[in-house]
Amino acid sequence: MSRADATPPFPGLRAWWTMLVICLEERLAYRGDFILGTAMRFLPIVTQVFLWTAVFAATTRSDIAGYSRTDIVAYYLLTMVTRAFSSMPGLAGGIARSVRDGSIKKYLVQPVDYVSFLLAARIAHKLVYYLVAIIPFAAVFFVCRGYFPPVPDAATIGAFTLSLVLSFLLGFFMEATLGMLGFWFLEVSSIIFAYMLVQYLLSGHMFPLDMLAGVPTGLAGVSVADVVRWLPFEYTAYFPAAVWLGKIRGAELARSLAIEAAWVVAMAVACRIAWWRGTRRYSAFGG
Amino acid sequence: MARYFSIFLTFARACLVRDMTFRANFVLECLTSLGWMSMNLAFYLLVFQFTPEIGKGTGWTREPFFAFVATGLIINSIVQALFMPSAEELTEMVRTGGLDGVLVQPLDAQFLLSMHRVDFSSFANGFVGIGLLGWALARMDHAPPTVVWLLYPLLILCGVAILYSLVIMLAAATILLGRNQSLYDFWFYLTNFSRYPAEIYAGPWGGPLRALCTFVIPILLVVNVPARVIAQPLEGQAWGLVWLAVTAAVASLVVSRLVFQAALAKYRSASS
Repeated sequence: MSRADATPPFPGLRAWWTMLVICLEERLAYRGDFILGTAMRFLPIVTQVFLWTAVFAATTRSDIAGYSRTDIVAYYLLTMVTRAFSSMPGLAGGIARSVRDGSIKKYLVQPVDYVSFLLAARIAHKLVYYLVAIIPFAAVFFVCRGYFPPVPDAATIGAFTLSLVLSFLLGFFMEATLGMLGFWFLEVSSIIFAYMLVQYLLSGHMFPLDMLAGVPTGLAGVSVADVVRWLPFEYTAYFPAAVWLGKIRGAELARSLAIEAAWVVAMAVACRIAWWRGTRRYSAFGG
Repeated sequence: MARYFSIFLTFARACLVRDMTFRANFVLECLTSLGWMSMNLAFYLLVFQFTPEIGKGTGWTREPFFAFVATGLIINSIVQALFMPSAEELTEMVRTGGLDGVLVQPLDAQFLLSMHRVDFSSFANGFVGIGLLGWALARMDHAPPTVVWLLYPLLILCGVAILYSLVIMLAAATILLGRNQSLYDFWFYLTNFSRYPAEIYAGPWGGPLRALCTFVIPILLVVNVPARVIAQPLEGQAWGLVWLAVTAAVASLVVSRLVFQAALAKYRSASS
């Protein structure tokens, strides 16, 4: 065996590439199910568009919380893009399941970092998803192009892209940390469901969070929207969409990006600590 | 028929015993289910802060709309409790070959596959739906006449029958695809169309969509017809909708049965 064969040039990178290829093949094994699942995600947006059209038809307002009818439609479509980056279906449940059934122990004896493996798997999952979803996304955005404001400047597009990448990492580390609660609790499905509820409500997936500006918290001068701003959830749906629509600009945009980046770092550290402490209390029996 | 009913009661009893064995989990499931519902109600309350009505001149003001939502909660809780847990299991049964065991039983396969599990925690939303319906009706201008109270349970059953047929059609798709992890998602997304009054589907895109979801996949009849009957005056067009809902329910049950049988005929076992 030559020296070159024994030590490949970028061993770390090669391992990542192998993990990526495995996950791509796994995702494409059941293509019919996958394509069906991808296309269906557009259905809820259709009802939201009709609902808000009916709401605007029955009111004399020209805008609701700063959003015109077309803004709201564009907002929902943009949150679809954001959710395509930040949603991690099956991640937390999968981790908890492998802790429960013991299959996680293979990662403890292999020279593979489990969190890195999960991240590579998720990138592969997303790549295949984008490959399939680009067609319905492009078609829907083309049909609905009239709802969008003019394309923003390069700086806004850059901030939007950065917010999407950060939303992917934030979504990944939040869900991975949640899944690792399985080291402490036998069954985490209810916790995951409760998290999904909070996430759905406070991420802006359901409606633009600006609508909460008039909802009081009980504290003088503090609305629910003010509290939600400091939580991580809005960065997984609302924030990138609001950036593209020009609702967040200048210093507020820079501050929000910094908060988002801080949440990514905080959740990555939390994930590592959960893995480190969880594997120390984990015990597996039998083969 | 009596035999099947007796077997169903045995299944239900076993599920109840199982649920009561893990009481804390059962309570948690009820609470999460109620949490999801509360979140949706909060959203509707928020919407009514900005508008007096859903769609101009439709009659779906706050109280009638909440009667609509309550009707949806009752119908969906019945379907979620009685049929969805079994349908969700089918996905893995097809993939792993577990379906073989069902097919050799001396019972109807559709019955066994769609009704062997009951999720009692899903009834929680139904009870809240009944309470919400009472709240909304007490605040409305008109009291429903006796004929409406007779029609309403019948139309609720029609709604359940249409959704059950949809579940069976999706189960048939699972058998044909070999795997259908999206089954539950698809059911959720499709029934999403039934969550709002049919009047919102208007305009050049909404009109055809409304026709499609009324006459081809009658999802818009599921909640709309019983909710309209109870929340709005029963006159003119409403009687036509009642007949349409009953016809659609019967037709859906027949078609789904035929499709399911055809799918089973094409089933190839995944096991050795």
